[in-house]
Amino acid sequence: MVYENPDGVKIGLEVHVQLNKLKTKLFCGCSTDYHNDEPNTHVCPVCLGLPGSLPVINERAVEFAIRIGLALSCEIVEQTQFHRKNYYYPDLPKGFQTTQYDYPIASKGKVIIEGEDGERVIRITRAHMEEDPGRLQHIGTIEKSKGTLINYNRSGMTLIEIVSEPDMRSPKEARRYLDKLRSILDYLDVFNGDLEGAMRVDANVSVFGGERVEIKNISSFKGAERALLYEIMRQKNHVRRGGEIVMETRHFDEARGVTISMRTKEAEHDYRYFPEPDLVPLRVAERAPEIQKALPELPDARRERFLRQYEMSNMHARALTNEIKVADFYEDVAGKVNPKDAAVWVADILRGELNYRDLGIDAFAAKDIVTIIELVTENRITEQSGVEVIRTILDHGGKPQDIVKDKGLLKVEDDIVAKAVKEAIAENPEAVTDYLGGKEKSLNFVVGKVMQKTKGRADAREVRERLVKDLNDQS
Amino acid sequence: MITKEEVEHVGWLARIRIDETKSDAYAGKLNSVLDYFGQLDKVDTEDVPPTYHVMDIVNVFRKDEVTESMPQDAVLSNTEYRKEGNFKTPKII
Repeated sequence: MVYENPDGVKIGLEVHVQLNKLKTKLFCGCSTDYHNDEPNTHVCPVCLGLPGSLPVINERAVEFAIRIGLALSCEIVEQTQFHRKNYYYPDLPKGFQTTQYDYPIASKGKVIIEGEDGERVIRITRAHMEEDPGRLQHIGTIEKSKGTLINYNRSGMTLIEIVSEPDMRSPKEARRYLDKLRSILDYLDVFNGDLEGAMRVDANVSVFGGERVEIKNISSFKGAERALLYEIMRQKNHVRRGGEIVMETRHFDEARGVTISMRTKEAEHDYRYFPEPDLVPLRVAERAPEIQKALPELPDARRERFLRQYEMSNMHARALTNEIKVADFYEDVAGKVNPKDAAVWVADILRGELNYRDLGIDAFAAKDIVTIIELVTENRITEQSGVEVIRTILDHGGKPQDIVKDKGLLKVEDDIVAKAVKEAIAENPEAVTDYLGGKEKSLNFVVGKVMQKTKGRADAREVRERLVKDLNDQS
Repeated sequence: MITKEEVEHVGWLARIRIDETKSDAYAGKLNSVLDYFGQLDKVDTEDVPPTYHVMDIVNVFRKDEVTESMPQDAVLSNTEYRKEGNFKTPKII
């Protein structure tokens, strides 16, 4: 089935990724580990823009940027140079942002997503390096603010801005793209996406081939989806009423779920970009082959391998490789028990229970799920009991063996069942005779007797099979 | 040609108040500077690669190693407008 895209929706995304796994900022040695610290304690003359200070590029930041570029199948630029993007706003005390302009470090890449109608290629226009501005906090609400507080701890952090072509046709595809990007970045180990502000999204959207509108201030992936849904509806309604869409920037109001027009007086040429004289050019393309060789296995490749190596369904392979932590967890488990059992228990059962509780895979120990799978496959507890053990661990903690013991989940030992079966046959000759005489239902009575003797902890199906076998052997 | 309006616009971008009576004069002076540099346009640069930096060096890096940051008091020492360790400014939209 081909997706028709009835409203001619085109979405392009600009994603800012903060490389917070670097130890230091982009141009100075200030520590990036500021998230729990006092304001303005991770700053120095360079990131404060004090006169006379000189920026020097963090070599590892460049390597991370190339790593990201290569993972997005980009070309790495031969030579590049940072520029000054001039604007007056107190989030950057220097009066300009240091950024790449005409030669981004990486360009012309792609990301493959699960689109509305199957696999879809989203083209990457460019990925460039720049510095993060400081953080502004309004005192009171933004409308009635009495002033603004500025914390420069974030100022000078390394950002990679990843710009896509307008290749997404629905908010759902935009969400899939963001999830895929996050997945790839997690695999690359360049950032911790759980930290505040690690990934920030601006969206460009148009309908019916009209002008594009930029949406800023989106704070989450879910927010991106909601902002786009609203904005597409707004544009469609506006056109339907005979209006014309003008190119503008709008602000997403998360609380109300609407976008609001923002008047900006500065146009692109007002930024007066010019080469940053304090930084010499970067010539780094020759580093690319070595970095390419050291790239980790990425989500798509790992999914393919899971399909081949563990012979699982495509659905399981996808579910198990989206998050690197889940994939590592699965392989840990699959090394100790049957990989097919592991796939079902991790992808379907455990992930289901975790999602229900809004927990990540970190909340469960691999060795615990191994124990549970072993208990079930060795036929010592039922599958249902296995699920119960998982739930108990998540809700109350504890070890699988203890929970099995405390809750009396162990299936009754084989010889006890065998003994109970023999006794039941001996004690109920009439039912046995009836059964052997052709009355199928009489067997149920004997099964019930065995279940009584084992206090309900035997598996009824097994008891029945054993009874049939014993009776057939007898006659 | 730089106009009076452009001078005022650039003044606004740089957050410098330009006295209306003076913007014409500034435009004239800026135009004479531009004319002077305009002589460079006569040079044939067809086969000359763009110069991004006057020094012929590339790839000056530092290692990703933490150096000491400034104490908060020193960071805020140039202003009396502060609150809970932050710089405090008038309302900014």
